[in-house]
Amino acid sequence: MRRVLVFLACLFFSAALFAAEMRFENPQQQARYENLINELRCLVCQNQTIADSNADLALDLRNKVAEQIAAGKTDAEIIEYLTARYGDFVLYRPPLQANTILLWSGPLLLLIAGGLLLFFTLRRRARLDDEPENPL
Amino acid sequence: MWRFAIPLLVVIALVAAFGRALFLDPGKVPSPLIGEPVPEFSLPGLYEPEKNFSSDDLKGHISLVNVFGTWCPGCHEEHDLLMAWSQSQDVPIYGFNLRDERDAAINWLNRDGNPYAKIGFDPGGETSIDWGIYGAPETFLIDAEGRIRLKHIGPMTEAVLREKIIPAIEMLQAEMLREEQS
Amino acid sequence: MTPELGHFALILALGVALLQSVFGLAGAHRNDANWMRTARTLGAGQFAFALIAFVMLAVAFLQNDFSLMYVAQNSNTALPWPYRIAAVWGAHEGSLLLWILVLAGWTLAVVLRADRLPEDFAARVIGVLGLISVGFLLFTLFTSNPFARLAVPPLDGRDLNPILQDPALAIHPPLLYFGYVGLSVPFAFALAALLGHRPDSGKDVAWARAARPWTAVAWLFLTVGIALGSWWAYYELGWGGWWFWDPVENASFMPWLIGTALIHSLAVTEKRGAFMSWTILLAIAAFSLSLLGTFLVRSGVLVSVHAFASDPTRGVFILAFLAIVVGGALTVYAIRAPHLPPGGGFKPWSRETLLLTNNVLLTVAAGAVLLGTLYPLFLDTLGLGKISVGPPYFNAVFAPLMMLLLAAIAFGPLVNWKRDNWQENVRSLRVPLIASVVIAVVVAAFTFGNAGVLAIVGIWLALWAILAAFTEPLSRWKRARNGARSVPLSSWGMSLAHLGLGITALGIVVVSAFGFERDVAMTPGEPVEYAGYTWELESLRDIEGSNFNGEEARISVSQDGELVTVLFPQKRMYTTQRAAMTEAGIDAGVSRDLYASLGEPLGGNAWSVRLQVKPLVRFIWLGALLMALGVGIAAFDRRYRKPLKDAAREPLKAKTATAGENA
Repeated sequence: MRRVLVFLACLFFSAALFAAEMRFENPQQQARYENLINELRCLVCQNQTIADSNADLALDLRNKVAEQIAAGKTDAEIIEYLTARYGDFVLYRPPLQANTILLWSGPLLLLIAGGLLLFFTLRRRARLDDEPENPL
Repeated sequence: MWRFAIPLLVVIALVAAFGRALFLDPGKVPSPLIGEPVPEFSLPGLYEPEKNFSSDDLKGHISLVNVFGTWCPGCHEEHDLLMAWSQSQDVPIYGFNLRDERDAAINWLNRDGNPYAKIGFDPGGETSIDWGIYGAPETFLIDAEGRIRLKHIGPMTEAVLREKIIPAIEMLQAEMLREEQS
Repeated sequence: MTPELGHFALILALGVALLQSVFGLAGAHRNDANWMRTARTLGAGQFAFALIAFVMLAVAFLQNDFSLMYVAQNSNTALPWPYRIAAVWGAHEGSLLLWILVLAGWTLAVVLRADRLPEDFAARVIGVLGLISVGFLLFTLFTSNPFARLAVPPLDGRDLNPILQDPALAIHPPLLYFGYVGLSVPFAFALAALLGHRPDSGKDVAWARAARPWTAVAWLFLTVGIALGSWWAYYELGWGGWWFWDPVENASFMPWLIGTALIHSLAVTEKRGAFMSWTILLAIAAFSLSLLGTFLVRSGVLVSVHAFASDPTRGVFILAFLAIVVGGALTVYAIRAPHLPPGGGFKPWSRETLLLTNNVLLTVAAGAVLLGTLYPLFLDTLGLGKISVGPPYFNAVFAPLMMLLLAAIAFGPLVNWKRDNWQENVRSLRVPLIASVVIAVVVAAFTFGNAGVLAIVGIWLALWAILAAFTEPLSRWKRARNGARSVPLSSWGMSLAHLGLGITALGIVVVSAFGFERDVAMTPGEPVEYAGYTWELESLRDIEGSNFNGEEARISVSQDGELVTVLFPQKRMYTTQRAAMTEAGIDAGVSRDLYASLGEPLGGNAWSVRLQVKPLVRFIWLGALLMALGVGIAAFDRRYRKPLKDAAREPLKAKTATAGENA
């Protein structure tokens, strides 16, 4: 039941209060703020970033992020703060660690595999082409 | 010749994984705080703001901490169960009143009963973020040393009490007994 | 009464589909002309019953028959009647009925064109389609019956999800389904080719030519359906985004990527007889990904805003169905594919190479999307943790692959089959190449490096693809004796489709790199300066519709003192479901969109408003339409309209009879 109601509540977007609002005079800080809130997942409306979600938790988390930037924390420290409490689930950009090595290297491995396949196929086909053709 | 069977093998593995995944809940966020000491906090009491509820209250005995709000339908669902627990069991339940209005919460508890030994009022969600709380109801099991041992997300039910909470409490009590004896 | 008719029609459809599969597949196996003919008739019959069932459900909606549970959950007396029809496919049960109808529709189309195909081949195709229909009909009748009754009908229904009460989103599922379901046709063709394969018959390649127009039309609908969904998200959801790499968006994108690879692979197989086993595998993969999408949306294994209500029982059923269909197809593939003829040789610089490269890139891209979408699920099942994979991952992984593709796209149509001279090809492209580099450099200079290297490279490659798109047909036209008529439709269509891709890519790069977006607090009478424009909230008024009420803001946008446009964003509250929707105010332009959407009221007539300037955003969907149009035009090429039986008698060009190794 809770899931249904949360689902309905999250289904209806509204540009959130003070989402990508001008929180900082300093453009670097503002840019960092906007980048961070666009890469953090809302745990209530799990299909939105905390930038776009209008859940109360999202607002609180945005406030937290702004607070920590103002307090001089680095991006890494802010991410560490959130993952210590909510786990990696809160990050839309999966961290590079033991259980995500396959995730991040997968596409490259696939590309290399594809490249090798291409190479060997081309080689074989080029040789095929050199052989005399059977007239049909 | 066998390479033609590779796609089939991949699909079989995928189907097996999906079969398992059907019975998991993709939206439940497990807590990284299991096994960690309770985050330090001090909240004003719900009924009497001067009487704090703090992390010190959770040390020295096994307890449950329940997160609730009047806005949360699941909390209303589990309320009777919590009341029954508080009246029959030794393990106390403490409460976090999350993102709520003080008067509304007090009225509700006055009307439907108050199962909580102490209640912390957290309208801004500061403490709840420290606990990794993301919704209500959520229930934590704290051991005698003040470590979080278990987290249940969603309304409490008879089945969960029977299959998860009570066995866990019994295990903790056994642990305590063994330590006392050694 | 009508719902019972509908239910009964559905049961009849199941029976007919079952017979259709038996007569089709067994008939082809036994080479029994009567049985094969019967299968065709049954296919048409299945469509008739599916149509009746669908119409009965639509009638129930139009008549507000709330004794049907599905109608009660998805409709309301205050719902305008066009949306009552759209509500038929608005939720799980009805959308399955739509699947069944569309599948039956494609079956009917195959039946009507069956006289142009070898008889046993057509029978097998119809048989395979019948098996798929059986699966969906069983699923619907046993677990998701749209005609289920309520013991006590409510006085009024719960109303259609307000998000779906929109013309674009109402038509989005049917278009997508025409595409998704349409991919079952090349799937069936591939299986028919495998099942009917006779060694050394020389007829294998014919199926590739037959499959091309069907694949093209299915792909076309899928393209339009996806583009429509993206466009809808942009103007309706209020955040100005158009793609979120949500699992269910990915579920539609993967068949699209593989479908694109399939279209290209069919070209190689048709022309040169090569890569038949790859083409067949792609055809199986494309539809399998469609089915995977169905599973992901309806089973609850992934968190998604698109997902229908999840139910593990339904999930198990769909998974079993997926396993049987895909597993069965791949088993046939594993057994039969090794015996397929390999096709001819070619040199490293040839059209075959470029198409193969294209397919590798598209397949790797689809694989990357699949990996990212399913990875959290895999980790969870193995107990290795709970992570999220979102836009940062997908964008990082997808963008480089697309750049590689754009680089190759200019060459593809130009390079000859078997072998060509790369220096000559580059020379033919020197104008687009130089022009695109120059423009990209100019853009880089004007933006003073704010955009980033990746964006500039993206702009260069997109421009190159755009400027080079028509090189092939134009050079053919120049060389030809009777002018434009000697350039086949397929050539014009292909160029238009490639142009479309370039335009979409350009739109994506520019809007991502140069777009503006900010939430501001606005009060009537106090203008705000943003992104080079002056925005002023002039007034607010109350609005009312048949099933909602709300507020509308009047926001004027000026530049250098001159009024550019007035925007009217709305905030609506739908009364029955008690949910809020935002309608953005958009001034659409080819070069840029001006966008305003209402957030929350801040008290005292002030509102938080999201303001955006989106340069070239329309190119994204314009390009998609051009892609679809191009492929549609190509599908009408004369050579696809010839009956296949004649084509099978034509000698294949440059066929080498080397036995042994396969592609």
